[in-house]
Amino acid sequence: MSLWSRIFNGFRGERLSREIDEEFQSHLEEAVAQGRDPAEARRAFGPALLQLEESRDIRLASWLDSLRADAVFGCRQLLKRKATSAAAVLSLALAIGACTAAFSLIDALLLRPLPVAHPERLYVLAREGMDHRGQFRTNESFEYPLFRQLRAVVKDQAEMIAISYATRTDLTYGSDGQMERAWRQYVSGWMFDSFGLKPALGRLFTEDDDRTPGAHPYAVLSYDYWTNRFGRDPRAIGRTFRIGNTLYEIVGVAPAPFSGTETGIAIDIFLPTMMHGSVTVRDDSWFRAFVKLKPGIVAEPVRQRMLGPYQQVQEERARGYTSVPQEQIAHFLQQKLILEPAASGNSEMQRQYRSALIALGVLVALVLSIACANVANLMTAQAASRTREMALRVAIGAGRWRLVQQMLVESALLAFLAAAIGGLFASWSAPFVVQRINPPSNPARLVLGADYRVLGFGLALTLVVTCLFGLAPALRVSAVRPASALKGGDDPHSRRRTMHLLIAGQVAFCFVVLFVAGLFVVTFERLSHATTGFSSERLLTLDTVARPPQLELLWDQVAEHLRATPGVERVAMANYALLSGNFGGGFILFNGAPANDVLAQFLEVSPGWLDTMKIPLRDGRDFRTDDTVPGVAIVNETFARTYFNGQDPVGKRFERQMWGMRAHFDIVGWVPDVRFHDMRESLAPTVFVPLSEIDLKGAPSPRGSATFLVRTANANPLAMASTLRREVARAQPGLRVSNIRTQRELVDQQTIRERLLAMLALFFAAVALLLAGIGLYGVLDYSVLQRRREIGIRMAIGASAGQIARHVTADTFLMALAGAVAGLLLGVASVRSIETLLYQVKPTDLAMLALPSVAILAAAMLAALPAVLRAVRIDPVSSLRVE
Amino acid sequence: MPKPDSLQGSLDLMVLKILSRRPRLHGYAIMSAIKDWSGDVLRAEEGSLYPALHRMEEAGWIRAEWITKDTGRRARIYELTASGKKQLAAEESRWEAVTSAVNRVLRTV
Repeated sequence: MSLWSRIFNGFRGERLSREIDEEFQSHLEEAVAQGRDPAEARRAFGPALLQLEESRDIRLASWLDSLRADAVFGCRQLLKRKATSAAAVLSLALAIGACTAAFSLIDALLLRPLPVAHPERLYVLAREGMDHRGQFRTNESFEYPLFRQLRAVVKDQAEMIAISYATRTDLTYGSDGQMERAWRQYVSGWMFDSFGLKPALGRLFTEDDDRTPGAHPYAVLSYDYWTNRFGRDPRAIGRTFRIGNTLYEIVGVAPAPFSGTETGIAIDIFLPTMMHGSVTVRDDSWFRAFVKLKPGIVAEPVRQRMLGPYQQVQEERARGYTSVPQEQIAHFLQQKLILEPAASGNSEMQRQYRSALIALGVLVALVLSIACANVANLMTAQAASRTREMALRVAIGAGRWRLVQQMLVESALLAFLAAAIGGLFASWSAPFVVQRINPPSNPARLVLGADYRVLGFGLALTLVVTCLFGLAPALRVSAVRPASALKGGDDPHSRRRTMHLLIAGQVAFCFVVLFVAGLFVVTFERLSHATTGFSSERLLTLDTVARPPQLELLWDQVAEHLRATPGVERVAMANYALLSGNFGGGFILFNGAPANDVLAQFLEVSPGWLDTMKIPLRDGRDFRTDDTVPGVAIVNETFARTYFNGQDPVGKRFERQMWGMRAHFDIVGWVPDVRFHDMRESLAPTVFVPLSEIDLKGAPSPRGSATFLVRTANANPLAMASTLRREVARAQPGLRVSNIRTQRELVDQQTIRERLLAMLALFFAAVALLLAGIGLYGVLDYSVLQRRREIGIRMAIGASAGQIARHVTADTFLMALAGAVAGLLLGVASVRSIETLLYQVKPTDLAMLALPSVAILAAAMLAALPAVLRAVRIDPVSSLRVE
Repeated sequence: MPKPDSLQGSLDLMVLKILSRRPRLHGYAIMSAIKDWSGDVLRAEEGSLYPALHRMEEAGWIRAEWITKDTGRRARIYELTASGKKQLAAEESRWEAVTSAVNRVLRTV
């Protein structure tokens, strides 16, 4: 209470002084009335001012009073130098805003705990080891029968929860014509309970909703979906929707903040795991296994307990893998079981963007340091011009700490002003970046709340920044020696030394930012210009499903119908589009023996597919309508290189091992390499096989889904999307287009992260260069101003303009050079940590190092020009006459 | 910082005691009371009294109020608070302890 009243009194200091004065006056009056001599009574009070001060100090917090005075004075100081203050505030605001935005992104994706009970006890199970391509990989997918065993084993120490990968699925609340898409996730019935979640409406699943495969057609909606789809109508409970042939009943709505465990995707509909088709399949990995430890249990013993049953199941599975190469089986058995902390969920987006966001965060932190160095230099230069003021303050009795406080208050004013503007910048820029993480058709859903975490970070950052640029000048000011300063003879060089050091640091950081930005830009350039091997010009992909599955003949009729549609040039089919993220693999055998341990990729295509994709034949022929699987195949160049030493493979035979079945193929065609799955991975042997499949008895098997590839005459293929969707349904009512994308979108999706990184890095590189340039300009200008007399003397005794220019710029350029070298070393050293983000670019490329050097040199030249001009224009006579 | 004073330590006690007997006094009246009740032996300086009053007010032992006197001038009067009463009891027993200890020393030596 006392502190509060003192703080409160701090804001009414004037009134307080008046009251104290009034009390004293009343006292004196009383004394005189009692017959005391007025002069004596007054004398008894002692020095009036001292009395007043003493009583005042008791009744208000003096530190606050002085802080208030400093703030008022600081504001006046800042307003006095409007231009420089504005420049300082704006550059700081940009940097602080960028840092805060980067933090809020990193927080939203990687740090913020899930809104569940005790997220710190949540782990996700993963396998670590070599994958089928011989690459080290962590894989979080598991199989349900194994999961069930593991759950029983660790029952006493932890609860295990199966949560499937989020998939976008088609569903309808009415007829097939009213299909809509929603994010669906299969979850263990006991998940909600284990996460401590209470329903917002209706009920959530329990263990009883997840016992028998296929027997629990119930759904829980997420709060967001309930809001967007049903406008929070309580009557949503009890409604039914259909996915495929299953009718689900909505039983409840999950609480608002919980939107699944896959950070970056907001789930719409939760279904029990028992409704997933693979819940009894031993070899299908389709979900993440979360482990929620019971109180007081640590992770490692729980993991140890799982190892035995896990290994047993793995070995059992491996025994079934006949004709899989030995190395593959060895890799499979060597995979280790690990537990990864999953307090903030677990998602593909986290994996993809972790290093990218951290790299970006480091870049903006460097930019912030550059901005801080600028402001520090500014403050130092200003402190120089205020040396006399400070000396005077010390001379009349100001304490050192009091001066430090005053300078720091001024810095804090700058920083907080900048932070306020930066906050606005961050609140605009963070969503801007999120929008660009995924393609527009499938936006990322990250919660970027301006919560206490982000605010706290912003506040801490501002305080750190204040100390960064304010402390050094403040301490320097406080160390002023009044006697020498008032005489005007303080050592001017010591100040410049600090400034030069800061310049070196700035240039070093700027170099790193430019260098890394260059790498990102080149990566994006190379990746977006990497050849795909096919043409995605005017090409639409129509993912189509048939319920029930239809024979090939019928699919062909639909393709024929589409060909006759006006505006369509070519139509072909495949089981999925290239670069759509799907992957079908199989091992190649010759005469019954595995050829090697490389997994070849398989794509089923219709006759005319090569032509539609504009993939030329090197030799052989395209498929004919009577070609089937097994039977004939077309292979790519890498296939020929891997198995036939690059010889023409047409006419050769091979066998395929896939899904435990073996099939024979004659190679009838040979095509160049095309990008199949990922632009970054090395090319794999690829086999194209006909769409028509015949079973063991020689009968054609019906097809449940395929993708139509339509090349349109129109330059904008999407203009035909709705027409084509309608035409497919019209040609065959049993067929339905579930998704339409352009092939270009699929290709662009490969570079979306690189585009984002390149764009942002380029922006920050420009900012860094600008700030470093301004810093250099400021320091040079200041040093010329300070050395006017010296320059005047040099000119008077005959120095040429060139000599003066060299003299003025020499040490600054030396420092900049030192900074650039330091930056180069720093950049090359740090590049290892961003290697995974780069594509076909070597950090040691001369061009990559030369580019930032040239840019910085040019910026330095430009920044030095005004100062040099000012120096050589100094009139020796007038400059010497100044003092 | 309060200045050293002959009444150091006992001033607070006396002020509290006086206010407990006769509430609602202004500064000059408190000063006069100390002088009168001590038989003209003790005298509180203005320079000590007012800082002490303000300090005790901030500590919450006494509270102040402005009244208008007959002369029309405002005066600031003080009275004891609940926590001031507790403080008075504590100070009194402390004073007892100190003086009896001093007396013991004087008697022994």
